[in-house]
Amino acid sequence: MIGELLTAQVLLGILTSGIRLATPYLYAAIGETFGQRSGVLNLGVEGQMLVGAFAAFYVARRTGSLWLGVAAALFVGALMGLIMAFVSITLHAQQGISGIGFYLFGLGLSDLLFQTLLGTVQTVSGFRPLAIPLLSRIPVLGEVFFNQNLLVYGAYLLVPIAAFVMDKTTFGLKIRAVGENPEAADSLGVNVSLVRYITVTLGGALSGLAGASLSIALLNVFQQNLTSGLGFIAVALVYFGGWRPWGVLAGALLFSMVNALQLWVQVLGLPIPSEFAVMMPYVLTILALVVAVQRVRPPTALTKPFVREG
Amino acid sequence: MRKLAKWFSVLVMASMLMSACGGGGASGEKFRIAVVTPSAKNDLAFSQSIYESLLKVQEAQGGPEKLEFVISEGMFVVDDAGAAIRDYASQGYDLVIAHGSQYGSVLQEIAPDFPKTSFAWGTTVDTFVDKGITNVFAYEARSEQGGYVNGVMAGALTKSNVIGVVGPIETGDAKLYVDGFVAGVKAQNPNAQVNVNWIGSFSDVALASEAAQTHVKAGADVMAGTAQMVVGAIGVAKENNVLWFGTQASQTSLAPEVVVANQIYDWSGVILQMIDLIGKGTLGGQSFAITLENKGLYIEFNPAYNLPAEVKQLAEATINAIVTGAINVAP
Repeated sequence: MIGELLTAQVLLGILTSGIRLATPYLYAAIGETFGQRSGVLNLGVEGQMLVGAFAAFYVARRTGSLWLGVAAALFVGALMGLIMAFVSITLHAQQGISGIGFYLFGLGLSDLLFQTLLGTVQTVSGFRPLAIPLLSRIPVLGEVFFNQNLLVYGAYLLVPIAAFVMDKTTFGLKIRAVGENPEAADSLGVNVSLVRYITVTLGGALSGLAGASLSIALLNVFQQNLTSGLGFIAVALVYFGGWRPWGVLAGALLFSMVNALQLWVQVLGLPIPSEFAVMMPYVLTILALVVAVQRVRPPTALTKPFVREG
Repeated sequence: MRKLAKWFSVLVMASMLMSACGGGGASGEKFRIAVVTPSAKNDLAFSQSIYESLLKVQEAQGGPEKLEFVISEGMFVVDDAGAAIRDYASQGYDLVIAHGSQYGSVLQEIAPDFPKTSFAWGTTVDTFVDKGITNVFAYEARSEQGGYVNGVMAGALTKSNVIGVVGPIETGDAKLYVDGFVAGVKAQNPNAQVNVNWIGSFSDVALASEAAQTHVKAGADVMAGTAQMVVGAIGVAKENNVLWFGTQASQTSLAPEVVVANQIYDWSGVILQMIDLIGKGTLGGQSFAITLENKGLYIEFNPAYNLPAEVKQLAEATINAIVTGAINVAP
């Protein structure tokens, strides 16, 4: 019975599916990583994704241009991030509560716009898989890794870029300083609020892009509550990944691969009840969290608004 | 300034009270229905089926002057739905429909508080009569019937002999439909293999899409599915030129190239019966089912899809056999 799972066809199917499923998580969770490393928890990711998904879908349908759709998603995501930044950084609002508020706002707004502007579930011709010359001809693996759509490639390119920015650039150093010890960073002349504004706005833009990756690349439809909780899983993946882009990648891939695996378990008719199969990604992720990630500590100033003394 | 604000708020409250009374006065001649649905009324699935049925009922009753209905959609949080149901009941609606089997527990709590209001919920057969509640109707869809018909067509049309099904959670009318579909395939084409995938969610479009991708990879050339998250799977069917069978509402508009047929839920007959009973003073206690026989269920063939004549005849013969009882697809 395990033998059926270990055929090349099934393993490649799991890899291809897992890579696709991880795409929206990567955008959203990497964006959230920037925010959290600078000390701001944004629980509104899901709402930003929904608004981004709708904006991308609507603009792509109206203009026929997928790139304008992407731009629209980035823009509205960034705008929502900016408002979130204003509320949590300038107004010092409690971040968990205001984040939930932004989620509900995004859920309602995207649905309202969907009902009034589209009225019914429609489709759009989204990003097509794009074979990368030469690489896609690598036997077996070429099909898995190098025959995906552009937004999928983008998500995986984002990981090393984000890791580089965070660990090797002055800006990354400022982000980390602001998230660990804002008072010290401030006394050294770092503008704490500005850094946080930038990370939270960037996080919003990436969440918007995560939504676009669903609505105009992977699914090519928009429906009420399209993201269905993906944004909250993305926030959890930031913790799972130990606030590091590579860790986020590992978590997103683990969760998505196991999800792809359970789809195959059911398709092959293995004698496991479907209820258990759909639990697998969650159970394994929790186990991995307990066993492997315990020692990582969150940014010291996470969720703490910065108020300059004196 | 403060005094002004006070006066203003008194005025607003007074006007609200007056308009509320005005609404109450009109209810004498007009039948008023309120519906709470778990997903959007345009979900191309379960919630859309009740919305379109109500439009039909409204027309049959003589338009908005005779029958008024309101809908609270997207109530996937059961507590929110409960608040809405209670709200509608206290606003004096004649019939409050809780369109989702997840609403049973809240309805059981609310219905006894409004003995003069009639409630309905589905899909279920439980009217809570055994718990002493007499103002709740129940309704269900015998979705296995159309599932069987769709399955027979799928079995006849598949060339790869692999068929994929994407379902939400293994329960209720989704389970009935899928069981009926599998039975139909097996009856028509014993060599065909039906792979069923329950994704554990009514709303996860991304996972439904990936489940469909998995079916395609496993060789499926015909797919079916039920509940509102299947829009993700239909997109995959379209892209890979895999045939699709829909249920609950017409899904043809999403992929006219590949949708073969849909089983449509038409609740209007059931709702009309309820209105009739309420008029005679019966507020609940009865359970209804839509079937192929009472035309609450029917198969809508996609005119844009070129279905071979013999397969269509086969489908019609199967519908007849189910209606006459020659084929029994009850679980």
